Amino acid sequence: MTAAASPPPVYAKACASRRAAFLAGMHDSIGSPALVLGASFVGFGSLLYEMQIGVWLGYLSIVLTWALPAQVATLEMFASGAPLFAVFIAVGLINFRFLPMTVAMMPLLRQSGVPTWRLYILAHFVAVTTWVLVMLRGPEMPPDQRIPYFLGGVAMVIPAALVGTSLGYVVAGSVPTEVTQGLVFLNPVFFMLVLLVDLRQRSRAYALLLGAALGPVLHALTPTWGLLLAGLVAGTAAFAADRWFKPGAS
Amino acid sequence: MGDAPFASSSLVAVVLVGAAASYMWRALGVALSGRIDPDGPVVRWVGCVAYAVLAALIARMILLPVGSLGETPVSIRLVAAALALGVFYLARRHLLIGVLTGGVSLTGLSFWTGN
Repeated sequence: MTAAASPPPVYAKACASRRAAFLAGMHDSIGSPALVLGASFVGFGSLLYEMQIGVWLGYLSIVLTWALPAQVATLEMFASGAPLFAVFIAVGLINFRFLPMTVAMMPLLRQSGVPTWRLYILAHFVAVTTWVLVMLRGPEMPPDQRIPYFLGGVAMVIPAALVGTSLGYVVAGSVPTEVTQGLVFLNPVFFMLVLLVDLRQRSRAYALLLGAALGPVLHALTPTWGLLLAGLVAGTAAFAADRWFKPGAS
Repeated sequence: MGDAPFASSSLVAVVLVGAAASYMWRALGVALSGRIDPDGPVVRWVGCVAYAVLAALIARMILLPVGSLGETPVSIRLVAAALALGVFYLARRHLLIGVLTGGVSLTGLSFWTGN
């Protein structure tokens, strides 16, 4: 119970303790978030199997990267023979979203007065699934409960990713080819839809359409740089077009 | 090179590079939080480029996939992707339902057209 004496912060969704906040984080992630995430990592596991890459490398990639599109892009680019430098730039661009996401989320966690070095560790676990939950429920929680809440979600989704990957890896090797193909196909479908779930900026819609059109063409011209070139050209054109057609707004 | 198609040392290297390219933005986000506007024009521009790179990757994964998925006709992959998209919107943007539709319809179409 929070003290009723001093007026301002009334935390409607306050938990009884930091431990309860951790459990609440687990609870809020156990349903759809962990399920969707686990299912999408099934595709990742199947891709590993298809590319004859050891599943332990998949685990390593999950723990160190913690960003499925980046993980798949890394493997895909490696398979198509792209140099490390190109992988770094492309994955860096794909994951740029973490910058604004972290910028938006850190003030919520910082209010609890934790040392900054701990924020640098916590930031590693910033990814869409838990980020959405913290941005949603964090502001109405007492500051000292936000980090446990965040970590509770992380403690739920990372095992879900590991289980999903293992499942995909094992299943892909023991079912008919058609099923394996369907499992590997989960990867592009997941990314396509996940980008559409949260499509609020019109400029990003343009970027998606142009990028999808330019990607295969430029990939055929230059497999090494096609992805990057398509991104730069389509993204810049989309950004410019949005500004051009809508002067003055935002 | 050798029995496995990819040498594991270079795979570890590429995984590390991918991980570094992911963590750097999170670290920079901590450093810049409270100092930059997450909705500013530069962030929006790079955000557009990021979306376009992902869209290009998705299109490539559907049109020119690696492994056995590449043995399926491109028409099957396009139809399965379209079905996933349609069901996703019909189910009011339910991610899991859309993704499962894509996987199941690709498998179904692949069985149906025979090999």
